[in-house]
Amino acid sequence: MAVLVLAEHSNSALNDVTAKTVAAAQAFGGDVDVLVAGHHAKAAADAAAKLAGVRKVLHVEGEAFSHALAEAVEALVVPMMANYDAFFAPATTTGKNVSPRIAAKLDVMQVSEITKVIDKDTFERPIYAGNAIMTVKSSDPKKVVTVRGTAFQPVASSGSASVETVAAPAGPYLAAFVSEQVQKSDRPELASAKRVVSGGRALASADQFNQYILPLADKLGAGVGASRAAVDAGYAPNDFQVGQTGKVVAPELYVAIGISGAIQHLAGMKDSKIIVAINKDEEAPIFQIADYGLVGDLFKIVPELTSKL
Amino acid sequence: MKVLVPVKRVIDPNVRPRVKADGSGVDLANIKMAMNPFCEISVEEAVRLKEKGVVTEIVIVSIGPAQAQETIRIGLAMGGDRGILVQTDAAVEPLAVAKILAKIVEAEQPQLVITGKQAIDDDSNQTGQMLAALLGWPQGTFASGVTKDGDKLSVTREVDGGLQTVSLNLPAVVTTDLRLNEPRFASLPNIMKAKKKPIDMKTPADYGVDVAPRLTIVKVAEPKKREAGEKVADVDALIAKLKSVGAI
Ligand SMILES: Cc1cc2nc3c(=O)[nH]c(=O)nc-3n(C[C@H](O)[C@H](O)[C@H](O)COP(=O)(O)OP(=O)(O)OC[C@H]3O[C@@H](n4cnc5c(N)ncnc54)[C@H](O)[C@@H]3O)c2cc1C
Ligand SMILES: Cc1cc2nc3c(=O)[nH]c(=O)nc-3n(C[C@H](O)[C@H](O)[C@H](O)COP(=O)(O)OP(=O)(O)OC[C@H]3O[C@@H](n4cnc5c(N)ncnc54)[C@H](O)[C@@H]3O)c2cc1C
Repeated sequence: MAVLVLAEHSNSALNDVTAKTVAAAQAFGGDVDVLVAGHHAKAAADAAAKLAGVRKVLHVEGEAFSHALAEAVEALVVPMMANYDAFFAPATTTGKNVSPRIAAKLDVMQVSEITKVIDKDTFERPIYAGNAIMTVKSSDPKKVVTVRGTAFQPVASSGSASVETVAAPAGPYLAAFVSEQVQKSDRPELASAKRVVSGGRALASADQFNQYILPLADKLGAGVGASRAAVDAGYAPNDFQVGQTGKVVAPELYVAIGISGAIQHLAGMKDSKIIVAINKDEEAPIFQIADYGLVGDLFKIVPELTSKL
Repeated sequence: MKVLVPVKRVIDPNVRPRVKADGSGVDLANIKMAMNPFCEISVEEAVRLKEKGVVTEIVIVSIGPAQAQETIRIGLAMGGDRGILVQTDAAVEPLAVAKILAKIVEAEQPQLVITGKQAIDDDSNQTGQMLAALLGWPQGTFASGVTKDGDKLSVTREVDGGLQTVSLNLPAVVTTDLRLNEPRFASLPNIMKAKKKPIDMKTPADYGVDVAPRLTIVKVAEPKKREAGEKVADVDALIAKLKSVGAI
């Protein structure tokens, strides 16, 4: 049995979630190969080769892979699957973009965002914004699976797999990358940060979001998140959104500031180890899941907390 | 150009779903249902493209039980021109939904299909991408901006690192994200008018698609409950607590 894992990377570095996806693939069983498709991505391929328990890394170079164009990744992976029993990808926007294309081409029903591997046919996954956990059994001969990173411990970087170069498909593709707007930041990446500070609608403006949330995050060495309401209102960029339809995080410490605790928000953070809520409404639903709640005005509490830490 | 908008009937997003005691699924009996919020965004985008003169006809499709007609009617009241209901009481998985939609695309020849990025019940986030692959079309998923640019479609996507723009040859599939637009409410006169708009009634067999599920639900369970903790009096007490558990 063999599993092909799609690596998440920035060409120059491997994203943490790859090591977690490899862990899920190992729980599934069999030989695990990692596909690094990129552009000038040798550094990412070398990092993938260090992941413990990986049999080999397949390294593909091509301009269309610089931003993981779904059409190109599909063309690359579908023929490769003749040699594999399963395809595992992280449930990132990249993995979610490409995996269903591969599943459809293989005539397989994908199992999305698994949180547990029970056996080679059976998986657990949250549905209804995490309000129910479904155990599903797939009857497809090959599996296509996306993996929720927060549910798996990353494998160590103690391996030394070989790196094999694989030719890119010829193209051309019906889609082309045009541009990207990526916020460069020295803060820890939200999805893998050990601590996260999130702000909600109560922040009331982008200026106040920056003025109150960021210094506290920096004091804690935390990644920054936001509720959908804060993102919709333009207080924070879209990639900050935590929740059912944003990012799922499970840090050691999650601080929710001026966030009411709607089920869609809870879906993205309720597996955090310690949750702190700061909200002026003592009835706010966020307090029902918070380990420590502080009732009061965030505009007074947050500066005080920041200065005392 | 013609646009196809698949819409799904799901639990109302404001209702808290309950797991059935026998673990067979989520109890949807007598639960308020609504159009999947992402599908509302899809319809709105199609209507805006029509208002801009880019789109000439909007066909709203749903695959589901007879009551999904109500969901199609909402889409028609928002500005859709006609509907197709592929009626089935079976649980239809995204792969089968995509196969049915591919057949409808063959018959209707739209230049664009706009689906939601995910349905808020199963959270699969698959249907649009599967449809694109089956048709051999390009895709612009998680869209927060869509503009027609000559014979191409420019789609701005919400991705983990920020925003990404791709250019797609038409025909294409777009899946919508939250920030694409704010869907309108259907006005009463439009709801009345929508009652007269035609809905074609079909079945999966009409399209020759086998909808037998590939996944079986072994069980559906409540997630681990998180206990509410304690309220602390002030910032000092909070810091003391966090220190005591080693969180800071
Ligand atoms: C399809 C769909 C998908 C969604 N996906 C997501 C998602 O992924 N993530 C997400 O977060 N939401 C999501 N939502 C939205 C969600 O339902 C809520 O609307 C949203 O989370 C509310 O954000 P909020 O808590 O910041 O705002 P509000 O609910 O308005 O809460 C603001 C809170 O701030 C408190 N407050 C106000 N002033 C102060 C002050 N001075 N000091 C302290 N506290 C104060 C208030 O008491 C209140 O509790 C989704 C909704 C739908 C329909
Ligand atoms: C506990 C449980 C109970 C279930 N019970 C039922 C049931 O009683 N009846 C039933 O029919 N199914 C049932 N299902 C199956 C479920 O409806 C299918 O898996 C679903 O059709 C596809 O998944 P999704 O909506 O998450 O797809 P996604 O890929 O997340 O959907 C994305 C987009 O695809 C389009 N789309 C998806 N489905 C349809 C559709 N049916 N018609 C038109 N457009 C669509 C929409 O544009 C939607 O925004 C059940 C599933 C579970 C887990």
